[in-house]
Amino acid sequence: MHSVVGVDPASEGLARARTLGVPASAGGLDWLLSLQNLPDLVFEATSAKAHLANAPRYREAGITAIDLTPAAVGPYVCPPVNLHDLSAVPNLNMITCGGQATIPIVHAVSTIVPVPYAEIVASIASRSAGPGTRANIDEFTQTTARAIEHVGGASRGKAIIILNPVAPPMIMRDTVFCAIPPDADTKAIAASVHRMVARVAAYVPGYTLRAEPQFDDPREAWNGWGRVAVFLEVRGNGDYLPAWAGNLDIMTAAAAQVGEQLAQERAAA
Amino acid sequence: MTSKIRITDSTLRDGSHAMAHRFTEEQVRGVVHALDRAGVEVIEVSHGDGLGGSSFNYGFSLEDDVKLVAAAVDEAKSAKIAVLLLPGLGTVEDLKLARDAGASVARIATHCTEADVSLQHFAAARQLGMETVGFLMLSHRIAPAALAAQARIMVDGGAQCVYVVDSAGALVLGEAQERISALVAEIGSDAQVGFHGHQNLSLGIANSVLAAQNGATQIDGALCALGAGAGNAPTEVLAATFDRLGIPTGVNVQGVLAAAEDVAKPFLPRLPFADRSAITQGHAGVYSSFLLHAERAAERYDVPAHEILQRVGQAGYVGGQEDMIIDVAIQLVAERDRAH
Repeated sequence: MHSVVGVDPASEGLARARTLGVPASAGGLDWLLSLQNLPDLVFEATSAKAHLANAPRYREAGITAIDLTPAAVGPYVCPPVNLHDLSAVPNLNMITCGGQATIPIVHAVSTIVPVPYAEIVASIASRSAGPGTRANIDEFTQTTARAIEHVGGASRGKAIIILNPVAPPMIMRDTVFCAIPPDADTKAIAASVHRMVARVAAYVPGYTLRAEPQFDDPREAWNGWGRVAVFLEVRGNGDYLPAWAGNLDIMTAAAAQVGEQLAQERAAA
Repeated sequence: MTSKIRITDSTLRDGSHAMAHRFTEEQVRGVVHALDRAGVEVIEVSHGDGLGGSSFNYGFSLEDDVKLVAAAVDEAKSAKIAVLLLPGLGTVEDLKLARDAGASVARIATHCTEADVSLQHFAAARQLGMETVGFLMLSHRIAPAALAAQARIMVDGGAQCVYVVDSAGALVLGEAQERISALVAEIGSDAQVGFHGHQNLSLGIANSVLAAQNGATQIDGALCALGAGAGNAPTEVLAATFDRLGIPTGVNVQGVLAAAEDVAKPFLPRLPFADRSAITQGHAGVYSSFLLHAERAAERYDVPAHEILQRVGQAGYVGGQEDMIIDVAIQLVAERDRAH
């Protein structure tokens, strides 16, 4: 790791970086860009506003930005779905935690059958939702819905987020509902979902299916569609954040996966 | 001395749950026409889970919400049309569309501990020139003082009234009264206090009377109790009861009785009733709109609805987590299979 950069001299994260022997500064991007030896990649977990200001400076300096904010300067990336298409792009957006958990499943279904509509429900522990998420909750639903369409491959997407304050805190849960044609090959869909869960679990070990994909027959109230429902649990590693904060873990794990893969591809090139 | 009570009728919103979100425009027009003529000041029209609720998780609306809001606005001569919005599910964009269709009251609902997710929506509603109401759902889950602190967050964010919402029909008399009193003490000088009761333990009316006697000035009802779980405090019973108590509501009792009997009752799929599942909801503190979802999962997976609801109560699931009902049903099946 090159360095950890913040803006708060009293930051716990910067202190932690120093104890691990990683260079750390509260001097912000100005400090980073003043160095002789610049990093190839930067992971930015600030705010949408800060990233909008920083993004052009990274670009100018030739640093690839992996954006964990809702700024979405660059295209949405979900590692098992579209990372291979985006390896030359200088700025990649990590969508949302709920998006990283569910878009792989929408994609797994949409590669087998057309998905006219996909809907996801992300339930997270109240304590894992910070003030930024709370003040801008519409950003979560709108960004995730768009990415369900553009990355997941559904014609129309909808996202729902629920905060649950129960004690002890609930582990992150995600449910994916996809509308499917009446004659869909349910065995092929289920197999595709299982393959995708294994691929995500390779970089998010706590990513599991709660049950086999559930298929429901077409209904008139569903516009004549059938439905597959996939119930997921995202348990965090519990390294630093608690295990119930799977929503925070999956974002960092997915971003790390993007970084790993980009680094490998560039080393090979 | 109890001041005037404003009754908000939620037949066309909370009742949407009991109708599986299949209201027709004709039904909406009929109900609005009758309520408006009976002097009901505010009529709420939305998917049961609020604007944007039409979904796999909660059920698809037969008619677009905004189209029904426009029809209600067209039909109402003096009543205001209200819409409900749950942040995390509906968005400011949905609110704008409803405002464009003529809705003038925005009711923003959060779980009782999560008031701060509503600030974006209160700000937008005020900017759109709408009257604002905050809804603290599943109010039985936290103590009166903590609930009042959440009400304060909503008021500071722009709410002009905050409701104690007994989404599970779980509050028993004094518990409702204490929460109303706590909110009146905290926000009473800046905003109004409201009460939204359910009938799962048959206390919707009694709790509403206690709320009114302790300073609440907005009370919700639904014609024939049409609402989630065992239904809401019936609007027509509220009107008659408040009339008996000499508490002015501005509602014509005969008019609202006619609205219930002649307009709503003929289209009810079934009379709201405190059956085993609904009482379990009140007893275990489960969100009332889970009822029909639990019944459907019970049929699909062949496990008893009341057992699903019991388990949902133990897990502490909150409004919006309808997907967990299927999850629980699947787990019950797995447990049953293991036991054999």
